[in-house]
Amino acid sequence: MDAIARADDALEVYGAKLGSRLLVGTSMYESPAILADAVRASGAEVVTVSLRREAGGARAGGAFWDLIKGLGLRVLPNTAGCKTVKEAVTTAQMAREIFDTPWIKLEVIGEDDTLQPDVFGLVEAARILSNDGFQVFPYTTEDLIVAEKLLGAGCEVLMPWGAPIGSGRGLNNVFGLKALRAHFPDTPLVVDAGIGAPSHAAQALELGYDSVLLNTAIAKAGDAVAMAHAFKLAVRAGREAFLATPMEPRDMAAPSTPVFGRAFS
Amino acid sequence: MRVQVIGAGIAGLTAAFELARRNVEVELVERREGPGLGCSYYAGGMIAPWCEREAAEPIVTELGVEALDFWTKTLPVAQTNGSLVVAPPRDKPDVVSFARRTSEFEECDGARIGEIEPDLANRFPYGLFFAREAHLEPREATQALARELAGMANARMHFGRESLGDEAGFDWTIDCRGFAAKAQLPGLRGVKGEMLVLRTKDVSLSRPVRMLHPRRPVYIVPRSDPHEYMVGASMVENEEPGRITARAMMELLGSAYTVHPAFAEAEIVEIGGDVRPTYPDNLPRITKRGRTIAINGLYRHGFLLSPALASRAADIVTKDAHFPELMQ
Repeated sequence: MDAIARADDALEVYGAKLGSRLLVGTSMYESPAILADAVRASGAEVVTVSLRREAGGARAGGAFWDLIKGLGLRVLPNTAGCKTVKEAVTTAQMAREIFDTPWIKLEVIGEDDTLQPDVFGLVEAARILSNDGFQVFPYTTEDLIVAEKLLGAGCEVLMPWGAPIGSGRGLNNVFGLKALRAHFPDTPLVVDAGIGAPSHAAQALELGYDSVLLNTAIAKAGDAVAMAHAFKLAVRAGREAFLATPMEPRDMAAPSTPVFGRAFS
Repeated sequence: MRVQVIGAGIAGLTAAFELARRNVEVELVERREGPGLGCSYYAGGMIAPWCEREAAEPIVTELGVEALDFWTKTLPVAQTNGSLVVAPPRDKPDVVSFARRTSEFEECDGARIGEIEPDLANRFPYGLFFAREAHLEPREATQALARELAGMANARMHFGRESLGDEAGFDWTIDCRGFAAKAQLPGLRGVKGEMLVLRTKDVSLSRPVRMLHPRRPVYIVPRSDPHEYMVGASMVENEEPGRITARAMMELLGSAYTVHPAFAEAEIVEIGGDVRPTYPDNLPRITKRGRTIAINGLYRHGFLLSPALASRAADIVTKDAHFPELMQ
């Protein structure tokens, strides 16, 4: 496959074709102006935005949401901060109205300290929302059985964590993520959360993950715009490497010429 | 020269004061019944130009340094006790990032933190001390400005009025209405902040203490009453003033409790909140249109930025000066 063919290598989720395999969040930036510059530099075509807290009593987050809409990109609203199925479902319904999209990044958080997903609530909320016509992007762990149940609940994409939200530790359980990829070869898989450096993003793509979603690693970098561009390059590098089929690692050096005096080394 | 200043929040008060000091005839008009009753009322009052660099662009530090002189010499209501930044053990990465983005600090270990703030001795393993920073009590500062203006023959204040209805009679109008000017200033939005005031005799702090946390950082600023502390402030992309959420209070109280457990027995004296007028780059702007100058977008830096903005607005009025970094 040559480089030009790879340019057509779109990611398809819920029927939408995305040219960029980088999805970015919109919180914690120094300002909305820097957020807009960073998103442009990242080349992302999808941005996530949270609603739970900003909505307030009268959906008073309108000014910021208008800024997000003004980016002209596809919006993936999220249910960040929701801890119960009911909260997540209500927030998703509000998001659908405000952003006029069936997409929802579903987070049901187990507890505030670790921000681990409550996978039981997640599956339940995913079923309710899918039945209601939503296209659900569930934030989950790498657990295979939970993944199976999410697909059964109607999800057509899975978003396992790399590491806890905001930790920047990269891919904590590479074995588990590989197993998930191997078990669901045809499901779009997005590493969501825990990415700290562009190398982590490249690694996810090299493993065959379809995409990565991240926020803090760009928003909290010293220069968010430059870091956004670095992630763009890393995601592209990782994807091209995956398509090029990386060599298999081996335990020993592989001498290109025979070593005399040793049998078959 | 006669100038009308609309809005007696911190931006309008400093602008009126600066103009009056330059012998301009000033009429300050405010729709509320007194000075400093808008979002200035809920401010923390930290004059922390170096700390603020953590989440703001360099111009905030540059303009903010001028405020130290203003609040300690021109109108001496601030105390220069420095400010202290601390973090719990597991949030050390946040101290490292904070230090990387800021300057003019001393790195502290737990013992050094205890020398600076005895009640915090060995509560936090790492910290940063910004010795040259100051803090003030916002409500006293706005009152002090109003008193100064009341004592000047060329300045008058009009409370409870939207305008004087005499636009033509002025050489200039300085619009300092903050968020109320949203309809006239494209891009201006509100960023909600919620705060509370605690009263306790069990903790003694002499300077603002900021505790870093990845999701809910908090600052605690001593008020002039030696037993009162302002705890703030949430930052929510939301434009509803006056609606204080339980979550914001739980987070502020939880963080105060982490700074010192004795805050658990403190009396809650006040809860409050308002929206901060903010442009999309979170930076202040001076907009000149004909004979009207709008000073707005002070965001969370009202007391830090207003002296520098007031002096520049006065330069525009009296010397036809131009400040491209603020007036684009």
